[in-house]
Amino acid sequence: MALALQTFATVKDANVALKAQGTCYFGGGTLVVRAANEGDISVSGLIRSTDPALSAIEVTGGKVRIGASVTMAAIARHPDLGTLARAARAVGGPAIRNMATVGGNLFAPAPYGDFAVALLALGATVSTDDGETPIETFLANRDGSRAIVTSVGFTVPKAGDFRFLKVSRVKPKGISVLSIAAMLEQAGDGTVSSARIALGCMADRPIRAKAAEKALLGRRLDQDGIAPALAAAGEGTSPITDPIASAWYRAEVLPVHLRRLLLS
Amino acid sequence: MAKVPVQFTLNGSEKAEFIDSGTTLLNALRDKIGDTSPKGGCHQGTCGACSVIIDGELRLSCLTLAETCNGAAITTTSGLSEGGVLHPVQRAFLDTFATQCGFCTPGTIMAAKVLLDHTPNPSRDEVVEALSGNICRCTGYESIIQAVLLAARANSQNAA
Ligand SMILES: Cc1cc2nc3c(=O)[nH]c(=O)nc-3n(C[C@H](O)[C@H](O)[C@H](O)COP(=O)(O)OP(=O)(O)OC[C@H]3O[C@@H](n4cnc5c(N)ncnc54)[C@H](O)[C@@H]3O)c2cc1C
Ligand code: FES
Ligand code: FES
Repeated sequence: MALALQTFATVKDANVALKAQGTCYFGGGTLVVRAANEGDISVSGLIRSTDPALSAIEVTGGKVRIGASVTMAAIARHPDLGTLARAARAVGGPAIRNMATVGGNLFAPAPYGDFAVALLALGATVSTDDGETPIETFLANRDGSRAIVTSVGFTVPKAGDFRFLKVSRVKPKGISVLSIAAMLEQAGDGTVSSARIALGCMADRPIRAKAAEKALLGRRLDQDGIAPALAAAGEGTSPITDPIASAWYRAEVLPVHLRRLLLS
Repeated sequence: MAKVPVQFTLNGSEKAEFIDSGTTLLNALRDKIGDTSPKGGCHQGTCGACSVIIDGELRLSCLTLAETCNGAAITTTSGLSEGGVLHPVQRAFLDTFATQCGFCTPGTIMAAKVLLDHTPNPSRDEVVEALSGNICRCTGYESIIQAVLLAARANSQNAA
């Protein structure tokens, strides 16, 4: 394996080093080292930064900022991030969670990226040294992105507003058939006043279920109320086919699992 | 390929080596340092046979670059017995017949040890969750789960 790792104290210096051809940022390494072990020779230089800000979690006044190098295990055990623990624990087994970073999850191709699905529903922003980008724009443009992600930020959801579901065949740990995250706010009369629904494995990266979101507005979260949203759930999706499930199967079961999540 | 120095503690003893940059910890441990207890099953993070404990956390040595472990304390299954006496988890694996071909065993024992270090009296569900990254093709898992629960009981009896 011809890989060389370069470590920089600052993100700025690491960003400069990433301009060299054949380089790639190294987060927790669960995907890049695996690719190298499988014989991927497109990457010859791994670049990382040990800047402590990348490993910090800050929770102030209902706002959260999670450094890109924070692992899924660190999120799952953080006392102020209880609402997100389920999504963090959905990633891999215990050893993977001790290594897998938030930054890497934003780039993980389907069937991976379960935590990014949660961040998409939360309406997170993604920060680099060049500024902040809404996660939806970031995900859409990630293939051309070379800048190191430094953190993600979002508002802590109120208890009960955020829901997350990962469907896998192997229990308790398995790769996603699909994952769904939803941020749902309800008015005093119980009708949905705002909805953001994110889907994993229903495209090559996490996407919003915008037609379903629209169909939920003003409706109650009961069988009748959610029916139009379930009918619209597949709009705009192009599920992946892999050894876990075919695109057809994923499309078939999406409304079933969305129903469970919305009625839960 | 440039050589880089690595220095860490392995099962309590200092190790220092020059390795090729980009060498995985699994390859460094097995081929350079001579600790063959972590096994290379898949080199993809899927089987857990290469599991080791780094600074108290379970990690996959096949996906860890050795040079990121400078200054770390690493534990592998070969470092568990003391003076010829097996670690309670090892003893329990023998007592419940939780090892057959043995290929998964050193990784599974690491996962079990790290669980019991943090959660001395785990529930069955906690054991299943803790072992969920370790694949065994022989035992059917039940005897492994029983081994971990037995080791937990043995620990709490010793502590009482
Ligand atoms: C056995 C196994 C099981 C897995 N199970 C799951 C699962 O259930 N769910 C899931 O979502 N994922 C899963 N994964 C995939 C992966 O572990 C996670 O997606 C993880 O979060 C990736 O993060 P990483 O830090 O390891 O990424 P790395 O391997 O370090 O990087 C992945 C990509 O992201 C880029 N990158 C990483 N950090 C940054 C940054 N800060 N700025 C810019 N670019 C960056 C890298 O350059 C690379 O292209 C699994 C992987 C394995 C091997
Ligand atoms: S060899 Fe590391 S997980 Fe299989
Ligand atoms: S004992 Fe053979 S793989 Fe587990």
